[in-house]
Amino acid sequence: MIPDITDRRLLDAIADGLPLTSRPFATVAAWTGLGEDEVIRRLGRLLAGGVVKRLGVVVRHRELGYHANAMVVWDVPDDEIAEAGRRAAAYPFVTLCYQRPRRPPIWPYNLFCMIHGKDRAAVKAQIATLNGQAGLARYGHAVLFSRLCFKQRGARFDREPAPALEVA
Amino acid sequence: MRLDAVDKKLLNDFQRGLPLEPRPFARIAETLGLSEHEVLERLADLHDRGAISRVGAVVQPNTVGASTLAAMAVPADRLDEIAAIVNAEPAVNHNYEREHEINLWFVVAAADAAGVRETLRRIERKTGFKVLDLPLEQAFYIDLGFDLR
Repeated sequence: MIPDITDRRLLDAIADGLPLTSRPFATVAAWTGLGEDEVIRRLGRLLAGGVVKRLGVVVRHRELGYHANAMVVWDVPDDEIAEAGRRAAAYPFVTLCYQRPRRPPIWPYNLFCMIHGKDRAAVKAQIATLNGQAGLARYGHAVLFSRLCFKQRGARFDREPAPALEVA
Repeated sequence: MRLDAVDKKLLNDFQRGLPLEPRPFARIAETLGLSEHEVLERLADLHDRGAISRVGAVVQPNTVGASTLAAMAVPADRLDEIAAIVNAEPAVNHNYEREHEINLWFVVAAADAAGVRETLRRIERKTGFKVLDLPLEQAFYIDLGFDLR
């Protein structure tokens, strides 16, 4: 589905989260000039239409003890990437799995997986599983552990400065 | 961070499927055998302690507006300075240092593709470093939340 301008305004209004009040949708309705039932109906449609992947608690992995995060990337031939991506995405520790363009010569990789674990050893074991069990070892790969987090918040799509993409 | 059994249930079991009804937290409270007030207090407390970034929507990339993953190779001694320039851009929502020659990784989201391009160009101009633009081409994973158990 294609979200309309009102959907966009609604998603921007809740980019920093729903208010933690008894009737959060009524508050959002007041912010956006919509009715409470309209806010609820639109969010339901955005979920059913796949624009909103999920609605609920968004956790912060680092603060919850998942201190190690790696972006693992492979250079997979274009005609094999759909199959490789599906195999990698099937593992519960893979929290995101995307195809992105290569930028040769400095960036030869096109399959991107995000992995969160309690520590580096756990994440390395998970990467070994992907390379072994999932058969990705035959492709060139790199592991990019995260070090400092400079910023993490929901995305905003409004033209004004400032909903919610997760990449790490 | 100290989390009791109820906190853990709140964090693990409600990452999706927030009830779409006027009092969603009352419904969550019912399933946990708590009062609505207690659920709201605990969520506010988990937010204050940094365990959750929000109770809200996670949007599928490229369904609303446009976004990209961008990256730069920055000398280590200039990383803080360059990261601050990137952070100052309102369209940047995640910004991480990663262990690689290409060491600064950030997500740019805007109303449309032109907005994303403008932000990338401005960052290149202000920092003097080239930005790699790596937009999503295909998603293999449906985000159902993260299992904390």
